[in-house]
Formats: sequence, structure tokens, C-alpha cells
Amino acid sequence: MRHLIIGYSVAAISAIKSIREFDKASEIVVLTDETSVYSRPLISYFLAGQVMKNKLSFIPKDFEEEMKITVRWNTAAKKIDSKKKTVLTADNEIIKYDRLLICTGGVPIKLPIDGYFEDISGIFTFVKLGEVEKLIKYIEKNKIKECVILGAGLIGMKAAEGLLARKIKIRIVEMADRLLANTFDKTASALLEEKLKESGSEFLKETTIKKIISKAKKLEALELSSGKTIKTRLLIMAVGVRPNIELCKGTGVAVNRGIVVNTKMETNIPGVYAAGDVAEGREFLSGENAVIAIWPVAARQGGVAGANMAGKITEYDGMFPMNSVTILGVPSISFGLTNPKTADYQILLSSEGGRYKKIVIKEDRIVGVVLVNAIERAGIFGLLIKQKLDVSALKKQLLLDDFGFLVLPRDFRKHFVTGEGTEV
Amino acid sequence: MKKIVIREEYCLGCRLCEVHCATAHSKSKNIIKTFKSAQGRPLSALVFEEQGYTTFALQCRHCKDAPCIESCLTSAMYKDKHGTVLHDTEKCVGCWMCIMACPFGVIKPDLKEKKVGSKCDFCTGREKPACVEHCPNHAIILKEYR
Ligand SMILES: Cc1cc2nc3c(=O)[nH]c(=O)nc-3n(C[C@H](O)[C@H](O)[C@H](O)COP(=O)(O)OP(=O)(O)OC[C@H]3O[C@@H](n4cnc5c(N)ncnc54)[C@H](O)[C@@H]3O)c2cc1C
Repeated sequence: MRHLIIGYSVAAISAIKSIREFDKASEIVVLTDETSVYSRPLISYFLAGQVMKNKLSFIPKDFEEEMKITVRWNTAAKKIDSKKKTVLTADNEIIKYDRLLICTGGVPIKLPIDGYFEDISGIFTFVKLGEVEKLIKYIEKNKIKECVILGAGLIGMKAAEGLLARKIKIRIVEMADRLLANTFDKTASALLEEKLKESGSEFLKETTIKKIISKAKKLEALELSSGKTIKTRLLIMAVGVRPNIELCKGTGVAVNRGIVVNTKMETNIPGVYAAGDVAEGREFLSGENAVIAIWPVAARQGGVAGANMAGKITEYDGMFPMNSVTILGVPSISFGLTNPKTADYQILLSSEGGRYKKIVIKEDRIVGVVLVNAIERAGIFGLLIKQKLDVSALKKQLLLDDFGFLVLPRDFRKHFVTGEGTEV
Repeated sequence: MKKIVIREEYCLGCRLCEVHCATAHSKSKNIIKTFKSAQGRPLSALVFEEQGYTTFALQCRHCKDAPCIESCLTSAMYKDKHGTVLHDTEKCVGCWMCIMACPFGVIKPDLKEKKVGSKCDFCTGREKPACVEHCPNHAIILKEYR
């Protein structure tokens, strides 16, 4: 039997480990269009010069031998034939499979901006190592001292962190009225905005780039929707990523925003699985399918997919969005639904000495949390969300700095704290 | 395998576990030197909680499917062959994904050094974890699990 895996990043690696836990014998072949394994979130640390290229991997050197897998580097998958159970590679090789796992991740969203051409130098995305290496060359060659980042989401802020470490002044252009608008409210954003200002950077909110102005294929300036024109020689496009579902077109594999999977990470086509940023699996809070493009979700989904591929039936019970972002020394962690749009939520707030905590409650259950400069023991909130603990009696304590297991109901606490391991 | 079990009913709130944990993880292994050092009081790998008369100290549960390992962006958090969850400071970049993922809240960040500041290593190399050995009332015990 042959397991074929497309993409070789965190979801794939979790899947491989998991397959090998239950199936030592089957063949595992991996196709990747890249030339190394690296931790994608580390590219901002690489840009900052804090992590060297040879430290970007997150697997042991002998992983391939230990797991007995064949990795085909620099070999993109081009086409899937789910009837014949084959994959065509970019070199026109046909590879047969018995079980297929698609974990091709995400691709940067490109907005159709007037004046944008692929070949203008000075415009970069911030998702892949190869791109960041080009960016570093560009910065060094052109002695870049300032730049513009389009998008103040996770990736834009990560790019900002890397660029600021290189003493590059940044201007962030964002449609929303705040940074990290998916999770942050204005109060949380203000704490970061203050730091940005201190660093000599600028935050241009509620505006976007209307036109890219270039001369002789070189970036020169940007025209904003606010009417302002700003000169710059470096633009980072960080408006987000979308699932990389290109391969599924015309294959019969059902896609929505991402590849739709059931709780076994299997697509509508038996034997074909998907996991990670490309997949649309169960979201815990809503119970519906959604793309949650974060590392722990990719790791968990990959593991579940791998187990099922190896014949060990395993269910994915769903996860919810969460993230940890540190910008300019300001650490923040968020979970779940943090900016509810309707009135049937209760919101608890505390803001003291730059420490901000926000807890979003629905029907006496926590469904969202934001912590800025107050991340100690943050994971306990994740546990409470996951366990849907009734917090009606503890609302006063949730925001206190000594919040911990002792304020939780005794039975709940004992169940988790004593005993063999977590049931989380 | 052996697990550290905590029994809040027996906890006196003396915090000796923290003192001995910090000492066991210090360079000198000497209580006085550890607590009088120029760097200030070291972090212990336990989290001490107190509400009214109830107290307890909690440390890493060394989960079977450890969420901190799953979330770690660098593989700094890993499991050794005995099932102990360990942390490699060298690889840590201080992204705090583990702080986010740990349902027990027992990993402490060192925000200045941008590294995980302390995390229970089951006193690897010692016969018995220091907190277990020095708990005067058996509120922290070792138990064999299979
Ligand atoms: C700058 C940045 C910072 C981030 N920071 C965080 C963070 O702090 N915390 C967090 O939780 N998440 C973070 N993320 C998100 C995280 O990196 C992703 O969720 C995770 O990498 C998803 O893993 P994956 O295995 O699904 O896909 P990916 O890591 O995207 O890997 C997919 C792989 O498939 C390959 N591929 C694609 N198409 C083909 C093909 N046709 N043939 C062969 N190979 C193909 C790609 O080249 C790639 O190597 C960050 C992302 C970025 C870009």
C-alpha cells in the first residue's frame, strides 16, 4: 500500500508520524514544491536575523530515514486523478496512490490593485522562505530604510516585527480601524499602536492602496484611497492567505473555501484526505466547517488524517481559532470569538497599567478571550472554552491576576489536575 | 510510568516545593546561594495557587498528547523516550504558543529573555523530583501508572 502526501510542512509531518504509529510497513511518498522543511512562522525571525537558515527546520535531521519515507523535493503535484488514483507531477511523472493526503497549505491573497504587475521589483508577499530570501536581498542591495505593509493581520504584523528588527521604518496600511482586526478591538490595538509610534512607524487605518506607481518596473509610490500618495521602494502584500485548492479543480473533490473534510479528515472521495491550512474542517464553537489557518490546527488535523489513513479510526472533535502574537515586545494571546456582532454576549473587561483582558461569554460559557500584556496561564482559558464550563458563578474572578484552578469548581479541577493526563 | 500527583487536601501552603524546585534547577544546587544570587530569586517550575485556606502547587502534567508540543513552532518542546515533556531553550524563540496551548497554565514565560522561563522537567537525572522529595505532607507524590 502507498500513502501519497502532497505538501511537506507541519500537517504532513504530523500525518507521517501518525501513520507510522499504526502502520510501519506501507510506503509513504511525499511531494513538495519546496527544497527544505522549515517552520513557516519562523520566517519573520529569519528576516529579523534572530534565527539562522539552518535552524528553521522543526524535524530531526534523520526524520526521513527514521520514518522510512521518500521525499520528492522540488516536485510539485500538478493534477490529481481520483478515479485512477494517480497524481501527475510537474515533471509529467504519474504516481499511483492508495491513500492520498492533500496538505498544500495556503497561498497569499493578491488584491487586484491598479498598476500592479508581477514583475515590478519591490513588491513581496510574506509566506514562503524563498520569497523572504529574495526580500532580504532586495533590502540589502537597495539599502531599504522604509517600507509599506498592506494589511495589519497576523502575517502583516509578523512582517512588521521582522522589518522593525532590521531598523526599517514601517507604514501599515489597513482597511479596518485597528491592528489585528480579526481578534483585537480598539483598546487592544491601541496598546500596540502606541509601541509602533514609539518605533517611528506609522499606522494608516481605514484606507487601502488604490494604485501602484512604478517606473521602469521599479516601485516608486502608492496612491491610497484616502487620496494621499506615499513614496516607497518596498511594499509587503499581507492581506491574508487562502486555501491552496488549485489541485482539486476538476477532480470531484468537494471544495468550499477550503477542501471540505469530515471528522476523519476525509474528503467526499474515499481515500482522499486533506489537513491544515488547505482544509475546511470542523470548527469547535459553531460546529460548522471552517478554515482555521494556524499551526496547532494543522498539526492536529494532520495527525488525525494520518491515523485514519493507516486504518486507525480517529475523530477530530474540532478546534477554534487561537493565536499568540508578540509585536515590539507586547505579547498577546487570543482565543475563539473575540468581537461578537450581536448583543447576546456578555463582555468582561479589565485594563490596568497596560494589561488588557477581555472575556466574551455566551450563555454562561466563555467563547472568546483576548489578553494583551497579560498572557500568564492563558491556556486555562482555552481549557474552559473547550470544556464549556459554566462560569456564571466565577465571573468576578476570571479577570483577576490570581485566577487559576482554585477558583474553578472542585470537581472540574480535580478531574483535570489529578489523574493520568489531559483529556483536553 | 511514574506521574506526579498533587493532593490539595494535604497541601500546607508552605511553598517548600517551589524553593526546592528552584534550588534543584540552579547552578549551585545550594538553597542559600540560589536565593541570594545576584540574579534575584529564580523561577520555580511550579505554579502555586492560594484562595482562602486552600492551596496547591501544580507542575507540568507531562500530557500524553501534549498540546504544547503540538503547538510549538520550533520543536523546542519535545518528549523524551520516557514520556517526559522537555524544553530546549536553544530552539525556543519565545512565540508563546505553548503558553496559549497549555491547559494547566504551568509553563512560565521569561518575557525579557524571550524564552520559556521555566517548565517542569521531572527533575531528569534525579532519583525523585525535588518537589516530591521535599513536600513535608505528601501533597505532591509520585504514582505509578501503566
Ligand atoms: C509569516 C507567518 C507567520 C505565522 N505565524 C503563526 C503563528 O505564530 N502561529 C500559528 O499558529 N500559525 C502561524 N502561521 C500559520 C502557519 O504557518 C500555518 O498554519 C501552517 O504552516 C500550516 O501548515 P500546513 O502544513 O497546512 O501548510 P503549509 O505550511 O502552508 O505548507 C504547505 C506546503 O505545501 C507545498 N505545496 C503547495 N502546493 C503544492 C503542490 N502542488 N505540490 C507540492 N507541494 C505543494 C507548499 O510549498 C508548502 O511547503 C504563520 C504563517 C505565516 C506565513
